Amino acid sequence: MNVLVCISNVPDTTSKINFVENDTQFDTNGVQFIINPNDEFGLTRAIWLQQQQQAEVTVLTVGDASCEAILRKCLAIGAQKAIRIDALPTDGFAVAQEIAAHCKNESYDLIITGRESIDYNGGMVGGILAGLLGMGYVTNCIGLTISGDTASLSREIDGGKENLSAALPLVIGAQKGLVEEDDLIIPNMRGIMQARQKPLTVLPSQNLTPKTTISKFEKPQPKGAVKLIAEDQLDQLIELLHSEAKVI
Amino acid sequence: MSVLIFAEAEKRTFKKVGFEVASYGRALADQLNVKLIAVAINTDDVHALAKYGVDHIVQIDTVALENFSAHNYAKALAAVAKNQNAKTVVLSSTANARYLAPLLSVALEASYASNVVALPVSLDPFVVKRSCFTNKAFNHTTLSGAINLIGLASNSYGIHEKTSQPEIVSFSVDVEQDLVQTQSIEKVTGKVSIADADIVVSGGRGLKGPENWHLIEDLATTLGAATACSKPVSDMGWRPHSEHVGQTGKPVASNLYIAIGVSGAIQHLAGINASKVKVVINNDPEAPFFKAADYGVVGDAFKVVPELIEKLKAFKAGAH
Ligand SMILES: Cc1cc2nc3c(=O)[nH]c(=O)nc-3n(C[C@H](O)[C@H](O)[C@H](O)COP(=O)(O)OP(=O)(O)OC[C@H]3O[C@@H](n4cnc5c(N)ncnc54)[C@H](O)[C@@H]3O)c2cc1C
Ligand SMILES: Nc1ncnc2c1ncn2[C@@H]1O[C@H](COP(=O)(O)O)[C@@H](O)[C@H]1O
Repeated sequence: MNVLVCISNVPDTTSKINFVENDTQFDTNGVQFIINPNDEFGLTRAIWLQQQQQAEVTVLTVGDASCEAILRKCLAIGAQKAIRIDALPTDGFAVAQEIAAHCKNESYDLIITGRESIDYNGGMVGGILAGLLGMGYVTNCIGLTISGDTASLSREIDGGKENLSAALPLVIGAQKGLVEEDDLIIPNMRGIMQARQKPLTVLPSQNLTPKTTISKFEKPQPKGAVKLIAEDQLDQLIELLHSEAKVI
Repeated sequence: MSVLIFAEAEKRTFKKVGFEVASYGRALADQLNVKLIAVAINTDDVHALAKYGVDHIVQIDTVALENFSAHNYAKALAAVAKNQNAKTVVLSSTANARYLAPLLSVALEASYASNVVALPVSLDPFVVKRSCFTNKAFNHTTLSGAINLIGLASNSYGIHEKTSQPEIVSFSVDVEQDLVQTQSIEKVTGKVSIADADIVVSGGRGLKGPENWHLIEDLATTLGAATACSKPVSDMGWRPHSEHVGQTGKPVASNLYIAIGVSGAIQHLAGINASKVKVVINNDPEAPFFKAADYGVVGDAFKVVPELIEKLKAFKAGAH
């Protein structure tokens, strides 16, 4: 079984979000990059498939050379191979097309993406990839078992969950629940040493015309000060929520 | 040319987001000076859309679409969009809409922007404002497709009434065997879901243990609200994972979010910041949540919440 895990390189969840160049670029100054959390849940599930069902796990990112540190981390966690497609990931559709172009030459049985990236929040790359490859797609995936060439899956829906089945090959959008936080693998020294020897291939970009472009970024308006209500004046809170905020 | 919206339904009745998307679609169609067309799949009362300014309703009714299938719903919407020559398609941000949108964008070769929070910043070029960095910022995205697809962020535009007299036509679609098949659906019944709730009451580690959750549940019941929790609370098994909200949990965009015994860590706030009004109840005045909230009570949850419940009950029983 060949498993591809698509990795988005994102700022750490505690990062200060600032912009430079007239608010057209994200300010990476002092920012630490991590594996997109949803992708990390997916990667861990892939490593279990490797350990239990002899899957071969490849990780892939679309990005410049600065993304290689994250790919090495994925190798240290246990992926066997890494691929970097040398294109700037400015548009979700183009990222999916870049990945699709690579997948057409390979025979992946399972392609794992994250439900969404925490920087762009597109929630789109996995679905577009499935659409382009004509594969089945299940996102918000919180359960996956594979036997032979079929997968049994669960997907979180508004107010519950849905159980599904699908034939491989398949694309999924992973999230917490596919594995738990405690299951995430922290690379050990041996893993880190081995990662140095594992192949990291750089593939050229397809040089696509993006379907969307970001012209500028904006930060939310600064928030007004909180209105404090004394704990023995709860009637006042109810009155404010009713008459001022009009939410009850 | 037209603007096409998908008015989502559940159990053959439109969801509130269906009306929000219709309201947004109406305003957008006015700006573009084109007709607003709504697609209704398996609904009993298409006339409900006449309150939100829809010009034309394409009704699809087939048992084959009884269960949601992202593939077949995307296929059906693509067929209508092509048939109606839609240049702009608007979907909501429910789990199902976000699931099918990328598939639809492939079927229509459309440019797609999710999390759109307002009417376009500009029509030519077509620029929308969308939230990114998990509610910590916005970006202006230019959509340059022959067809543009917008995912409207929940509760970002609101419902605006405008009466119309829509023309209703039925439409039939080819449904194929989806590559993915639904086997069963497990829905929590009798509870408001976080996604659909106007009000969400959320508890954190400050509640000390699952045995105290009656406080959260009673307050939620009094307000007709959904219950939610912080990540450690679900990690410790005090509450089900489905209640975990925040950056790595469910997003919340309710009208009112009440956080009790939640410190307000950046990852928690990121996920709930799209809520309109935030209330915090915490015994530590230095808790970061006070910087993010509109209203705050510095106090012990075990004392404040029972009293708040009593007072709310009295308020509800009173004039309102
Ligand atoms: C990658 C990553 C992703 C994360 N994603 C999420 C996420 O999606 N959602 C999320 O919630 N967290 C997330 N976290 C965790 C986050 O950083 C915090 O640890 C978490 O939100 C804290 O939960 P809490 O507020 O319940 O607990 P604490 O931080 O322990 O806060 C408890 C609060 O209760 C108050 N309190 C105590 N006793 C009382 C009382 N009697 N009455 C009133 N108040 C009282 C305390 O003053 C304190 O402020 C994430 C962390 C990381 C690293
Ligand atoms: N630049 C990228 N390279 C590889 N995979 C990506 C990239 N961007 C997004 N993805 C994958 O697509 C998922 C959804 O991303 P998005 O559509 O940006 O929310 C992520 O969780 C990743 O798995």
